[in-house]
Order: sequence, then structure tokens, then C-alpha cells
Amino acid sequence: MEHKTTSRRSFLTLAGLAPLAVWGLSACGTSGPGGDSGAAGSASMWSLTGPPGETIRKNSIDTFNKANADTQVKLTLFQNDAFKTKIKTAIGAGEAPTMIYGWGGGGLKSYAQANQVLDLTSWLEENPKVKDKLFPSAFGAATIDGKIYALPNETVAPIILFFNKALFEKAGAQPPKTWDELMALSKTFNDLGIAPISLAGQSRWTSMMWLELMFDRVGGPEVFNDIFAGKANAWSNPAAIEALTKIQELVSANGFIKGFNSITADSNADQALLYTGKAAMMLHGAWTYGGMKADGGDFVPGGNLGWVDFPTVTGGKGDAKNGVGNPGQYMSISSKATAEEVDTAKKYFAEGLLSPAEVTAWIESGAVPIVVGIEDQLAATEDKDFLTYVYNSAKDAPNFQQSWDQALSPTAAEALLNNIDQLFTKSITPEKFASNMDATIGK
Amino acid sequence: MSASVTITERGSGTQRKGRRSGGGKPEGAQADSQKSHSTATGALNWLVVPALVLFLVFAIVPLVGVLVLSFTDWDGIGAINFNGVENWLRYFSDPSMYKALGLTFLIMVLTWVIQTPISLLLGTFTAGSQKYRALLAVLYFLPLLLSSAAIAIAYKALLDPNFGLAAGLHMPILAQDWLGQPQLALGVVIFVVSWQFIPFHTLIYQGGVRQIPKSLYEAASIDGAGRVKQFFYITVPQLKYTIITSSTLMVVGAVTYFDMIFVLTGGGPGNATRNLALDMYLTGFKANQMGQASVTAVILVVLGLGIALWLQRLGGKDKNGSQLEGM
Repeated sequence: MEHKTTSRRSFLTLAGLAPLAVWGLSACGTSGPGGDSGAAGSASMWSLTGPPGETIRKNSIDTFNKANADTQVKLTLFQNDAFKTKIKTAIGAGEAPTMIYGWGGGGLKSYAQANQVLDLTSWLEENPKVKDKLFPSAFGAATIDGKIYALPNETVAPIILFFNKALFEKAGAQPPKTWDELMALSKTFNDLGIAPISLAGQSRWTSMMWLELMFDRVGGPEVFNDIFAGKANAWSNPAAIEALTKIQELVSANGFIKGFNSITADSNADQALLYTGKAAMMLHGAWTYGGMKADGGDFVPGGNLGWVDFPTVTGGKGDAKNGVGNPGQYMSISSKATAEEVDTAKKYFAEGLLSPAEVTAWIESGAVPIVVGIEDQLAATEDKDFLTYVYNSAKDAPNFQQSWDQALSPTAAEALLNNIDQLFTKSITPEKFASNMDATIGK
Repeated sequence: MSASVTITERGSGTQRKGRRSGGGKPEGAQADSQKSHSTATGALNWLVVPALVLFLVFAIVPLVGVLVLSFTDWDGIGAINFNGVENWLRYFSDPSMYKALGLTFLIMVLTWVIQTPISLLLGTFTAGSQKYRALLAVLYFLPLLLSSAAIAIAYKALLDPNFGLAAGLHMPILAQDWLGQPQLALGVVIFVVSWQFIPFHTLIYQGGVRQIPKSLYEAASIDGAGRVKQFFYITVPQLKYTIITSSTLMVVGAVTYFDMIFVLTGGGPGNATRNLALDMYLTGFKANQMGQASVTAVILVVLGLGIALWLQRLGGKDKNGSQLEGM
């Protein structure tokens, strides 16, 4: 009996204690970077670790903070993948930093629809200087229903068809101008015992780049625009089916290196295949140039790396100058920020982001910032050929499509990557791919 | 096990034998032991408070939260709207869900079938007191010191068909499409899981074997039983509870297996290695469908608890039973 009373009493006490403990724990939780701002005018920013962005962002903020004692920016850096999860959780919990780094497109759309980020349209109209110095094409991925929710910044990275000049010389071949030439080259290189194309298929988004360009070359930008706009059965467009069929033909012709599904992009093994002469071509983002230059020994300095526009398709609608890739990176302002924090953020947007010093730093790192009129600066660099090519292809592109996995909603993007994986292993037909993806429209 | 414990076990053993034939539960024995400690329990109850609060806050509260979320269409960012049983209906009409469930069971069964005999044999082997066995035991123990993510990244690099093990050892046979073919990828996952966890279970079995009284083996060898017979008639039966413990850890671990697969294959190629736990993560955090992912989470909890309970039942209801009856 005595034992029983003790236990009931302790349970009652426990019931009383538990809410206290919960309160105590949740109190710890609120003091994250979001709610923690020192002076009234200081704003917080979350951005990414890793070179060269980390150093450039830190220097830029240091300069800004020294010049503006009353309006300080407090920077917190995260590793890329950790950031993607962290920022979603923080925004969902209403604890976002004042300035939110992102990639525009579908992710930004979900923030905008949940009223978590500020509409910057009128502010940009009042400050044309901020807007006019940037590539107009960079604003596409920041615009949702005609309103701009983020300021484009950092660099542009189109997807480029790279090739190994030494291997092409050995084969006596020219880089492909049309899809048929590419199919013929696939046979040429296979006969020589060289893999035609390097692909890190396990990473999935690498395979996606082939779809992005083929959809454009076969059917023009409209095909993906319809998908993006959420039109019913947009993936079943005949042009889309033709593009998917052509890609599976290339897979069947052993166009991609044997075992490509076991190769990952995070280890840069796909780049290594190109510069070690195991594969003749590689479709990849402009950002791989720096990696190949650093790791490829004499490959890049020796002039063995070539690049061309993605081939056209006979009878296709897409312009050979159309580009795909990352039109830039994006910075938004949290709608939960106080008026002072917003003012500081806007001040930093106008004075800090892509300031002349930042532009120079980006160019020195081997990238092309999304700023107009930097031809002379690019021409003065060691990598002038490549950087000028990137600059012109981004500036002159009639249409610059943002990478699909960023443009689509997270739900559709995840389904897309999953289906691309199966398309490249030929587990599903183009028609099945299209019907699977049609089911994600509007989600 | 000390001599005094063996003696008390012997006493309670005979008592219990009597009750079992009568069909009653050993309530008397429990009440006895509680009475003898009753003065201490009052104070001891308070010691449980921190653990209970932590358990409540970090296990029960989220569990209820997940159950509630499974009836919503929350995307992790916007407002939480209830949508009734829609997620549940969609879940059970989705063929990929059955695939993920089947895959989870397949991984569970295969990893158990591979790990248990190897761990049991290694455990028995390393339980010996010879010096070289102690040295080998340390070597076997090494994979346990590595984190899952590190193991996955290392294997990913080793299995690269162009720059991996095949190139390093000049053995073209190893240049398979390890992570690109559905069956091979699943095989790799099961191999790496086993490689990672066999050391842990070996350690459990080693401890179990060392607890078996020497006198049993002495008696057996006097009766003319060889090493193989001793293993099957003494070691294995004596390890009954160790086997149940180790199997529970393996099986429940396999249900929630996530980190290594996530880094190694990401669920690919296609859906070939996308088990329930991975499916939950990808649906919730990559596809932003927290409501849908919560359904998977609830099912994982039910599955894990159900299997753990069933395994405990296998050990018999009588937890206080001794395996050393009659000694």
C-alpha cells in the first residue's frame, strides 16, 4: 500500500514538472540566429561554407560592417546540404534569418506562397541602379506571378559540353554540331576503346542536364515553360517524348561510359574521366572548369580542354544559343524580420552584394558574376577564353533556363530525379516517364 | 558469473519450476523482491524523473506530433491544414510503398541471415583466452569505430568502376557497375551493413560465451562430446537470450536503417535501395511532403515496436528464468 501512494504522488509531481521542463527546453530553442540580433539595426544572414563564396561573402560583409557601424550584418555559414534542410526548418518555425540565401525557382516559390519572404518588386523599381547592373535573364528564377522575391547575385553557371582535344585529334574528329554527329562520335570513340561521354549518373542531376538541353533543342523553351506553368500532360508533349527517346538511344549506343550509374559527381570522378583521357566528352556546369584546372595537371593550362555549344537536333525548334544552368544565386528577405532589419538588409543588397570589390573577387576565383559590362575585366584574366565564352553565352542567350531541379517544386523535383534515374537505366520507357511526371504537375 | 549468484538462481529456479506446473505467473517472487527494497524505492522514484522527462519530450511528444501531422498536408514551411485520411489512403494505394516495405523486410532478413552465424562464430572464437585471439578480436572490432557516413563514402570511392578498388588492385573483375545495377546495389548495401555491424554483434556474443560456465564444457568433454557437438549442444542453447538480444538489435536496426544507404546510394538506382526510412526522409525533407512522410514514420514506429515485442515473446514470458537450472 505504502508503495502505491508514493508512486501516485510522484506521478502527480511529474505531471506538474513536465510542462515546466518542456517550457525550459523550448526557451533554449528560441535563441537561434534568427531571434538573436544585437543592435536594433543589425540583420542576420545565412550563407554557405566552402570556397570561393565563403571568403568573398565574409570580406564583403566585413567591409560593409566597417562602413556602417549602426547597421551590422551578422553572418552564419552552413555546409550546402545541411543548409538546405536547416533553412526549410527555420522558415517553417518562423525563425529564419533576415537574409535568406537560395537558388530561386521552386524553393523560392514555396516560401513566397507561404508569405515567408518579402516582395522586392517596388523596392527594385525605386532603385533601378541595383536592378540594371544585373543580367536581365537572372531575374526569371526570382519572379513568381510577376513579383520579384529575391535579388539575384553571385555568378552564372551555364551547362557546357566539354571535350578532350587530344582525344578528338587522336580520333581525327571534330566536336559535334548536331545530334547525329554526336551519335556517330559515340561509335567512333567506342571503336577506339575510349568512352564517348563521361557521366556521373549516380548523382542523377547530372543526367538531368541532358534532358534539359534536349528538351530545348527538340521542342524549344516552350516545352519546359508549359511544364513549369503547370499545364496538364505537359510532359507528354511529342517533343518531350522525342527528346527522351533520343537520350535512351544514346544510352543504348553506349554513348555514356560503362558503369556510369556507379559514378558520383561529389567525388569529381566524372571530371577525372575527361582529363585523364578515359572519356572524350562531358556535359557539365561551368563550375567544373576550376576543378579540372586545379586537379587535371597540364590538362587545362596545356590547352587540352575544349568546349562547344550543345548540338542542335535536325528539325528541332530550339536555338543553339539557348542556355540552361544556374542563372545565379538568390538572396531574399524574411517577412518575419523587423523594419530595422529589413532596412539593413536592403542597404546591404544595394551596397554589398556584387559591389565592384565583390565582382573582382568572383572573377579572380574563375567565375562569371551576373553583372553587365565586365568584358574588359574578364579579358584581362588568365582564363579569358573560357570566362568570355561563359559571359557571352549567358548574356546573349535568347532563353536561359534555370536547372529543372531548382525550378520545379521540391515534390516534382524529387520525382523527376527518381524517374531520370530509371530512364537512364532503361527501366522505364519515355512514355512511362512522361506519365509518371504528368502525375506531379501542380504538386 | 559469481558463485553466490549461481546459488540463488538455483533456489529460485526450483521455486519457479513448481509454479510453472501449476500454471500461475511468478507474481509472488516479484512482490517478495519489491518488499525487500520498498524503503529505497520512494527515493529512487525521483531519480527516474530526468530520464522520464527527456523521454517524454524527445520521444512521446514528437510521436504524438507525427501522428497528428500524418493527417495534414503540411509542406514543412506553410500553414498546417488537416486533410483527413487522404495521406493514409494514398499511402496504401501506392505501389512504391509496397516496394519500400518489401525491401525493408528483405534487407532485414538478409542482414540477419548473414550477420547472425558470422557473429556467433566470431564471438565464440574470440571468447577464447589465447593471445592471438585477443589480437584478432581487436582487428574485427575496427569497423565499429567508423561512422556510417564515413563507411559509405569510403565504399563509394572503393566501388568506383574507373578509379576504385579495381584500378588500385589491377583486377578488372572488380570493375562492376556496383551501385548502378539494382540487384548489385542491394547486395552492396547488405554487404556493407553486415560488414559494419558484425563487429558489434560479435562483441555481444563474445560476452555471452564468456558467461557460460566452464564446468558445462568439462562435463561434456568427459562425456565424449567434440568441439562441434559442444558448440551446438552447449554454446548455442546457452546463448538463447544473447541471440534474442542481438537479433532484436539487428532487426529493429534494419527497420530504421537510413544513414549509410542515404550516403551510399541515395535509394538508387531507381528505387532499388529505397527502404522505408529513406523513403520517409526523401518524402519529408526533399519532396517537402511532411504529412505524407509522417504516415511512413508512424508505420515505421508500429513496425519496429511490433517486431521488437514479438522477438521478446520468443524468449518466453518468464524473464527471470535461468539457463543454469540444476547446476
